[in-house]
Amino acid sequence: MIDNGKTEKQKNRKTKKVLMSFLGFWFFSFLVSAYAQPVTSTELINNAKEYDGSTVAYEGEVIGDIMRRGDFVWLNVKDGKIALGIWAHNSLAKEIEFTGEYKSKGDRIQVSGIFNRACLEHGGELDIHAKSIKKLNSGKMIKEKLIIGKRNLVIMLSGVIFLVWILMLLKRR
Amino acid sequence: MLGLAFTMLIPVLVGVAFCEVNPVLDFLIAIEIAVIVGLILNKICYTEKNPSWMQGMIIVSLSWLVAMILGAIPLYLSGHWASYLDACFDSMSGFATTGLILVQDLDHLSRTHNFWRHLIMFIGGQGIAIVALSFFIRGFSGAFKMYIGEARDEKILPNVIHTARFIWLVSIVYFVLGTLTLGLAGIFSGLKPANAFFHGACLFMAAFDTGGFTPQSQNIMYYHSLLFEVLTIIIMVLGALNFKLHYHLWTGNRREIRRNIETVTLFISIMILFTLTAVGLTQAGIYPNALMLFRKGFYQLVSAHTGTGYQSIYAPQFITEWNHLAFIGVLCAMALGGAVCSTTGAIKNLRVGIIFKTLIEEVKRIMLPEKSVVVQKLHHIQDIFLTDKLARSALLITVIYLALYGLGAIVGMILGHPFLNALFESTSAGANVGLSCGITNVDMASALKITYILQMWAGRLEFMSIFALIGFFVATIKGK
Repeated sequence: MIDNGKTEKQKNRKTKKVLMSFLGFWFFSFLVSAYAQPVTSTELINNAKEYDGSTVAYEGEVIGDIMRRGDFVWLNVKDGKIALGIWAHNSLAKEIEFTGEYKSKGDRIQVSGIFNRACLEHGGELDIHAKSIKKLNSGKMIKEKLIIGKRNLVIMLSGVIFLVWILMLLKRR
Repeated sequence: MLGLAFTMLIPVLVGVAFCEVNPVLDFLIAIEIAVIVGLILNKICYTEKNPSWMQGMIIVSLSWLVAMILGAIPLYLSGHWASYLDACFDSMSGFATTGLILVQDLDHLSRTHNFWRHLIMFIGGQGIAIVALSFFIRGFSGAFKMYIGEARDEKILPNVIHTARFIWLVSIVYFVLGTLTLGLAGIFSGLKPANAFFHGACLFMAAFDTGGFTPQSQNIMYYHSLLFEVLTIIIMVLGALNFKLHYHLWTGNRREIRRNIETVTLFISIMILFTLTAVGLTQAGIYPNALMLFRKGFYQLVSAHTGTGYQSIYAPQFITEWNHLAFIGVLCAMALGGAVCSTTGAIKNLRVGIIFKTLIEEVKRIMLPEKSVVVQKLHHIQDIFLTDKLARSALLITVIYLALYGLGAIVGMILGHPFLNALFESTSAGANVGLSCGITNVDMASALKITYILQMWAGRLEFMSIFALIGFFVATIKGK
């Protein structure tokens, strides 16, 4: 009975060890995969202290101007609601063709770099210093199509103004 | 309304210049609606009688609501605002030079609409009635009533219409200089030339009129430039000064800037509140050197004090990164504001100065023998004796402003926001500042959107016109 009990305990311990190793491995894999996933701007801003100084992956659309500053450039990359400033070497930004504005959709890029909660080099900015930039999707020019409904409304309202004007003229007489 | 339709021709020109077809149509629709409503109301309400004080005030308060509704039409038609209420929110925020926004995907908004957003700040900053008085009205006897109704306590020149035109002259001269300077700074910072001058014009209009809109969603952080921050600080301070002071500076009376109670109060108040903010930020340990403290702490403080609302940090950072002391420093700066007869909102320096002088007078009265006569003077363009009437008026408006901030905070708290955050956002709306700690967003409750619209409206007009309108409605309901 005692022997059997020991064997059972040993079996349980072994099962526990296997289970723990499996869980540990799973948790480790989860962590690795989580760090490989891009972080959102909201997450970075809300948890700036935790991410400060660490290498992060961040992706989004390049918007506005690419601002050259010597051998470096400032890019503004928007992942949804918020855009973050990316400080990158000229050579990293060479591939970027389109930036987002009214008449164009910007290139979608993934930036890997060091996140700064209050950058010492840039007067306290919350920014990312890019180590590498990968272009995920190319942007494009957006061809503006005339919205017929709006055009018709303009014509109709012009008619109404003309009518009101005629009525006012008639009343004056 | 016809005047507003006329001003909408400016963004149409911008749209034509940048070949933006649908945005131009949005503005043509808005112009036509404004013209139709204007013509009909002109026919129905036309009178040759002089408006009474109450009528003058009611005209002003209603004209701001109508301007908000009409100004929102092109914004809503662009498809960048989730609802007409959101478009009205941004329209009132623009006219009242607040700067809180609900626009979506601002970075892809057309230049035509973007220009309009900033132009309404320029119009609202000088005053909608001032626009009408300057360009569309000749010898209107109700001019003075409308001028006062728009929270302009002082005449610069003997004639109100000449005063209104002087205000525009100052604004346009600064606009040309400011746009050129910011445009060149933009080119120097790496913006394309066309973009640089477009951004320069927009930024100037929003900074001088202490509004706070910017063409991009990142606000002033988009430029990553110390030069832009220094230039906008100068423009914000110019916008926060009394137009009467500008007149004296222009006519060579430079001593006035050192003697005037408003500039002295503004300077002292900025110094005290910056010390408070700097201590708070040092405790928080986020900005370890002077340049960082200047670009983040000082910039935010000046932006708040002048009622502009340009942000050099992201909205949630006020909560996640700043401590309460720094946060309260900025909150107090927002509540105080700039000069009377300027483009700022809030309590204003003159009233703060008067209250402080009154306090000194009262302390002196207690300390000196009973029979002694205590006389307190203040210098505002000329030496003025501090009278009970002056002190009462300053205290009354201050109390109403504090009540306005408090009421907005209570509504915010009812809708589930923490006290300090709700008070910050409410003060920002009521004082027409535009700084946000993150409450103002598209998902915000409609009740809060309406509350902030009313706060922006009441704060900009400094209550009297609003009280006249409320009085009128109460009297109508009672049948008097």
